[in-house]
Amino acid sequence: MVSAVATLPPTGLAGLRPEWSRLVEVAESGAPGVTHGWHVLDNGAELDALGVIPVGTILCVHGNPTWSYLWRSLLSAATDAAQSGAPAWRVIAVDQLDMGFSARTGGFRPLARRVRDLGDLTDALDLTGPVITLGHDWGGVVSLGWAVDHSDLLSGVMLLNTAVHQPAGDQVPAPLRLALARGILGPATVATPAFLATTLNLAHPPLSTEVKRGYRAPYRTSDRRGGIGGFVADIPVALTHESRPELDRIAEGARALTVPTLLLWGPRDPIFSDRYLDDLVERMPHARVHRFEGAGHLLAEDADYAAAALLWLGDAAAPAPLAEPVETAVGAPAAAWEAAGTHPLWHYLNELQNSDDTALVDMLPAPRRVSWRLLSRRVRQIGAGLVHIGVKPGDRVSLLVPPSADLTAVLYACVRIGAIVVVADAGLGLAGLTRAVRGARPDFVIGAAPGLMAARALGWPGRKISVARFPAPMARLLGVEHTLAELIDLGQARLSAGDDLPPEPAPSDPAAVLFTSGSTGPAKGVVYTHGQLSAVSRALFLQYGVGVGTGLVAGFAPFALLGPALGARSVTPDMDVTAPKTLTATAVAAAVAAAAGETRGATVVFLSPAALVNVVATAAALEPADHAALAGVQRFLSAGAPISESLLAQAAALMPHATAHTPYGMTEGLLMADITLDGIREAAASIANVPTADAAAHDGESATLLQTAVSTSSAAAAASAPAARESVSALNPAGGVCVGGSTATTRIRISALDASGASVGELSVEPDVTGEIVVSAPHVKDHYDRLWLTERASRRGAVEGERWHRTGDVGHLDSAGRLWVEGRMPHVIVTADGVVTPVGPEQRIESLAEVSRAAFVGVGPVGTQQQVAVVETVPPARRVHRAPEPLAAAVRARVGTPVAAVLVVPGLPTDIRHNSKIDRSRLSRWATGILSGGRWTQP
Amino acid sequence: MRVLVTGASGFLGRAVAADISAAGHEVRTFQRRPSGLTGVEDVHGSIMTAADTPYAGLAYAVSGMDAVVHLAAKVSLTGDPAEFEAVNVGGTRTVVQASHTAGVSRFVYVSSPSVAHAGASIMGSDALPASPEHARGDYARTKARAELLALAADAPGFSVVAVRPHLVWGPGDTQLIDRVVDRARRGRLPLLGHGAALIDTTYVENAASAIHAALDACDRVHGQSYVITNGEPRPVAELLAGICGAAGVTAPNWRVPASAARAAGSVIEAIWRRRPGTDEPPMTRFLAEQLSTAHWFDQRRTRADLRWTPSVSLDEGFRRLAAHYRP
Repeated sequence: MVSAVATLPPTGLAGLRPEWSRLVEVAESGAPGVTHGWHVLDNGAELDALGVIPVGTILCVHGNPTWSYLWRSLLSAATDAAQSGAPAWRVIAVDQLDMGFSARTGGFRPLARRVRDLGDLTDALDLTGPVITLGHDWGGVVSLGWAVDHSDLLSGVMLLNTAVHQPAGDQVPAPLRLALARGILGPATVATPAFLATTLNLAHPPLSTEVKRGYRAPYRTSDRRGGIGGFVADIPVALTHESRPELDRIAEGARALTVPTLLLWGPRDPIFSDRYLDDLVERMPHARVHRFEGAGHLLAEDADYAAAALLWLGDAAAPAPLAEPVETAVGAPAAAWEAAGTHPLWHYLNELQNSDDTALVDMLPAPRRVSWRLLSRRVRQIGAGLVHIGVKPGDRVSLLVPPSADLTAVLYACVRIGAIVVVADAGLGLAGLTRAVRGARPDFVIGAAPGLMAARALGWPGRKISVARFPAPMARLLGVEHTLAELIDLGQARLSAGDDLPPEPAPSDPAAVLFTSGSTGPAKGVVYTHGQLSAVSRALFLQYGVGVGTGLVAGFAPFALLGPALGARSVTPDMDVTAPKTLTATAVAAAVAAAAGETRGATVVFLSPAALVNVVATAAALEPADHAALAGVQRFLSAGAPISESLLAQAAALMPHATAHTPYGMTEGLLMADITLDGIREAAASIANVPTADAAAHDGESATLLQTAVSTSSAAAAASAPAARESVSALNPAGGVCVGGSTATTRIRISALDASGASVGELSVEPDVTGEIVVSAPHVKDHYDRLWLTERASRRGAVEGERWHRTGDVGHLDSAGRLWVEGRMPHVIVTADGVVTPVGPEQRIESLAEVSRAAFVGVGPVGTQQQVAVVETVPPARRVHRAPEPLAAAVRARVGTPVAAVLVVPGLPTDIRHNSKIDRSRLSRWATGILSGGRWTQP
Repeated sequence: MRVLVTGASGFLGRAVAADISAAGHEVRTFQRRPSGLTGVEDVHGSIMTAADTPYAGLAYAVSGMDAVVHLAAKVSLTGDPAEFEAVNVGGTRTVVQASHTAGVSRFVYVSSPSVAHAGASIMGSDALPASPEHARGDYARTKARAELLALAADAPGFSVVAVRPHLVWGPGDTQLIDRVVDRARRGRLPLLGHGAALIDTTYVENAASAIHAALDACDRVHGQSYVITNGEPRPVAELLAGICGAAGVTAPNWRVPASAARAAGSVIEAIWRRRPGTDEPPMTRFLAEQLSTAHWFDQRRTRADLRWTPSVSLDEGFRRLAAHYRP
């Protein structure tokens, strides 16, 4: 290999400031008289010029085949932050020897040498603590090696896509196997720039020509690329590789690191896939993790890692410097549960284990009853079986089983043994579901045939267990290791042999990962602890009286699964759960009859809005006996999406003795508020002089489980003169959908919006102030899964022991303490004259007879956005057009604030699942195109 | 304050002179023809000949003035490029120099948003620097150069501010309103594209009050450019319909694809250049772009810095226009 001295990079590389570059001559340890020139980027001089003292140093190590150029945005962001008064971080980004613009040493530098090289450099720089290491790719390994060896200086570790461990017998990623193949290595990495080009093409979105030029700058000729080949050759694919011991030393050393750690990850990485992230998390379980969905190997180019890093450092530097919160140790689980004020989810499975009362009824295909005794036994058997095949506490088990007795038994078995259940709704669509399941990295997948086929076809991770028995070839094809029946047998054998189930999980142990609807970007995994899930069931008990002896008809899965936790008898009605609109009134009546059972106890019915629509539509088929059964319903709920007051009223007519409820909540906080049909009418009456006759709130908020329409039935209102509007705006300035008062254990606060639309106000209950809805309850989620940034953004409030969740919904409280939802935070229109929330204007527009549904969106830059109404008309339009003058004038008159344009569309884009949540963000982009003079397309 | 308003015989110039005069300032007007305004001192002459006649015309007009509002310009869609250059660039240079020499301390240059418009949609951007290289057409190019040279003259004791009212209209406007109405009446006003491009305009009284506000704010905001609009963008078809409705003529209801109009505009423009007549060509590329792409602006800086808000809404403007046509 060729030797060459270190040089400065050429000027004019995009994003690189020449003043950062310096050359450092470093003596090589263990080789007296040998020195090497290093090129490093260093913003120290810039910080000096600003007159600020750094709080610490971020030592950045690039991988292969990049160079310190990778870290340019962190250098500029750190200097900018210091300039704006934030804590100053010195950033030193090195070019490893034989790489970038550092010297070409002419020799081969295995991992151990590289780790020492970095130490030699920091010695030469006289680097003092605190130091945060930051590494990417094989630079991650080198930086971790330095971290392990310099615990005296180390105060934190940051890593981007990297790996410290190659499991024995596990293959290295295919792209690297190819590069390492005999005869390929030299040509691919050194003789041609192919390896470099391939790496640069991994960026999402593609790199600009200028940035690619920046990366290529030090590797223009083959004699400059020797280090690239050397790095690839140093990948310890075999146990006998010379760098293997050093890699193992670092990997084990990482386990001993207790400093705060941040792992930022791009999942679209063909080399460092999520399994390496899992390995790192396993070694450093205290690490904060954020997976940037859509980003890949070149995370530093794909995502704003610099902002994330500085944010994390800022947090860490806050009150307790760089201290991670430590889980407070609790005593015995029993005591912990007592302290938590709830029962564990399996409480009634123990208490009723000798009861022959019915616990579950599956109405499909024929009514099948499962007693508490049987359910309890099955849960123990399956739990023991899962333990037998290797499921450990904390393992993740993805459940791809339709709602049924099987799902219930498997779910309770998993939570009882401390496994974490992963529940994603088929409503995400296959692509969304794939992303969700992959991201949730299940160790096991328990599925019915469709789920297992999807898992097979799309390569979802995890060992596969089938609820049904397949013919052997089919089982092999699907990669099924066990069936549920086998698990039961294995578990029974284990129990009979005297092996008990593992200790019960504690309230603070994670219990479930539930996925959000995905209607606002990629679905997010939401982690609930046992204590929090139990608190959900307690909230259901407190709000709706669901408990021992209650029948629970479950047309809406999330709540239905909690039936056994409440001691209630759960009935799954005859319906295709993936298509709720298949539920008929007759099927509901049959389920209610089954739920009432022998004790004729109280019955609660949970339905989704789509199901409710069909139940009302098929009511004519009800027989007298069905009506009698439905008359026994005590309560029913419509949850999942907004429905109109009239639909709720029609359903109530079918269940004459039932109270109709609609809860408000989201995956992150089920059951935050609740309103009854009477409550809806009262709320409507409170604003009865609002001229919004028949305002059916078709609108839905993506995160809300439910909203109900507010309807004023007053004909006088419809006839009211414009003058009346002004008194209205004083009464209810923002409009919105009333979702009622907070549930028993929930606190709801509003954080007022500032002029830029940011929710910065103090948490407040002041009436008629519009802001972000912030909630706190024992049953609010614990955290987002591997989405540290999202989690951080969703948290609010700094009071010790309180968890406040930003819902992303915007609304206000009224003087009676009722919550009114006005839209989603990203849909708030920020005009030059202030913020406008969409639901109020939409309700007012929808009060026009010629409009069936409206969306109110902003176009243009935030801060000076224009308001645009997009409407569906009666009768529906056949094509997109500008509203004719009379309609435009009528819309403007109703809205009150300036409306730049009114567009008519055949149909508004809505979510797939509920066909009710309007995609305002998409509409806004579409309207922007139309109103800029662009092509006319469908929204 | 003693204020000279150049180009006061024009539609906007007249409104500006009247607005400033109504506030109690001493207003002198300067243009080729009588301004027709009362209560002002009317001086006639050309903005291009200050040096030749030191005791009359422009030199006289600027003498003793505290402030100058310079509106005089050649405003046209087509014409002799040399004439645009002479009037808009040469004339502005002459007026700036004469004003500076005469000891004027405030100078408001009335410019146009087209000085920073390269043809793409403008959706909510603030005033960008004038760019003669990218401006479309002789008018915009020469106004851009004139704005740059006026702002370059900004110095201690000589505060220069540029204001760019966008599409000024109102009763009595011959530039925009009369043409729209005339063409609509003759059935020669098509909609370009779907007529959905959002366009912001400026009712004449708002433009005048904004220029007045810039004059008052001159010492605070000198060296800056501000776009002036009503801040009420509407689809261009709605604007045309509003104007036609006010004038009692049928709004355009036939459509030309925007791209075809732009192409046709280029051709027509080229022909007109060779065979200049007194009439304006029915379509120019510039006009086609103006009428088929969005033009609306961020008014926050304008309103905050100038401490000004428009007082006449778009709808009120249409009502006044209708009253003008049907008294």
